[in-house]
Amino acid sequence: MNAWLTQHRKALHWALRHLTATPLNTLLSLLAIGIAMALPAGGQMLLGNALQFARSTNATPQVSLFMQIDAERKAADIIAARLAKHPGVRETHFISREEALKRMQADASLAEVIAALPKNPFPDAFVITPQNDDPEALEQLRDELKTWPNVEHVQLDSAWVRRLDALLRFGRTAVALLATLLGVGLVAITFTTIRLQILTQRAEIEVSRLLGATDGFIRRPFYYFGVMQGLAGGIVAWLIVFGITILLAAPVADIAAIYNTTLSLHSLSAEDSLILLALAAVLGWLGSALSLGRYLRGS
Amino acid sequence: MIRFDHVSRRYPPSMDALSDVSFMIEKGEMALLSGHSGAGKSTLLKLIAAIERPTSGAVLVNGQNVGALKRAAIPYLRRNLGVIFQDQKLLFDRSAFENVMLPLSIAGFAPKDAARRVHAALDKVGLLAREKALPIALSGGEQQRLAIARAVVGRPAILLADEPTAHLDPQTAHDVAEIFRDFHRVGVTLLIATYDDALFAPMTSRRLKLDHGALKS
Repeated sequence: MNAWLTQHRKALHWALRHLTATPLNTLLSLLAIGIAMALPAGGQMLLGNALQFARSTNATPQVSLFMQIDAERKAADIIAARLAKHPGVRETHFISREEALKRMQADASLAEVIAALPKNPFPDAFVITPQNDDPEALEQLRDELKTWPNVEHVQLDSAWVRRLDALLRFGRTAVALLATLLGVGLVAITFTTIRLQILTQRAEIEVSRLLGATDGFIRRPFYYFGVMQGLAGGIVAWLIVFGITILLAAPVADIAAIYNTTLSLHSLSAEDSLILLALAAVLGWLGSALSLGRYLRGS
Repeated sequence: MIRFDHVSRRYPPSMDALSDVSFMIEKGEMALLSGHSGAGKSTLLKLIAAIERPTSGAVLVNGQNVGALKRAAIPYLRRNLGVIFQDQKLLFDRSAFENVMLPLSIAGFAPKDAARRVHAALDKVGLLAREKALPIALSGGEQQRLAIARAVVGRPAILLADEPTAHLDPQTAHDVAEIFRDFHRVGVTLLIATYDDALFAPMTSRRLKLDHGALKS
């Protein structure tokens, strides 16, 4: 156990020594890895913020149902009863034409216009919260309600939900694609740097094998090298994303102010940060494993 | 301890480095392997350390068929052998101490215990004072002794040496031979490939003479 720990400590020490022995090369590799990983990580960060924003604005779509203007209150009562029994409806809120008028009059800028009208221009209306908020179900509900008697118009405010949904799905796919491509890139970078390390250590590897070194003994320091390089690259990527959020914070706040909302940009969540670092380390390991496998099989 | 049973080694397409070689070296024996250049001496030693595999026949070390060993088992065979290579295979970016330490690191010795053994091995070959020197700063004779120290630091039961006195002046060659004699005295099994028959002749009568890959008795 002690000897095992010693060997690991030595391998780790070896890897650190070789990472710091050529600082410029190491720095360039870390930058390449960092930038490659910062792209999907940054995408994930923006996506996370978009999702949070979408959730904060009440994302549950509603359906507005307007009665014909000359429909009697009795007709509205019938509709109310039918809505209450409808399985696709979770909640209804009735707004009578008098109430609608009162609300509009309360708005000073509209009060004059409304006062000039000869009669109440508002119909009775229902605001319906549907049971199921996916776009297809909403459209089906709208088409059904439209056919009910004395119903003038049914309006769906799901178009933007649909757009946002599609946009987020697109974003997620783009981030996943980017992550896959650049993950392969990271493996390639590690593969090459490890290959160079192996070539410079050729004599040592050959002699070690002749003296009874197992493949594990030969591999160990290179694994540490790959994992540490990946991990350090992951940290660079995290710092890049963090820097971007700081740089973008002010412009985003300005945009939010224009649209009269508050929107603050958050850096990667703790979970996403951990995934980023773990992924960087695993891909570094994979790159060195492939490189070593190729070399050890060949000799 | 070492047994060859009708061993042949052919390099493609048709070069027979060894053909139908059979012999046996007992535990504690010191044997000299002689023959002209290209007679197959190095190949024979490489077969024992599983650096090469026989084309046919069986190479047995301690009763174990070396030619049939799985790849993963070979390192453990090599840890029980001390090998002095013709080209020494020292690491030139490491000090004398670190070179001798390498086999012990590989075998997983505790550092303290290992350092003590390294010092003992360096002392044995008279290089204790030069433990911090890089091999490039050592003379030819010192490099050869360093290679011997590395081969014996793990206290192997079998020591193989390929031309250990080549390119050494007579006095240095004599010193090196004396070191081998000491190992022979403490019961190590030795197989030494050499041109320098006269140097080792007083130490043993056991001879293996190779001629174009075949054993002459």
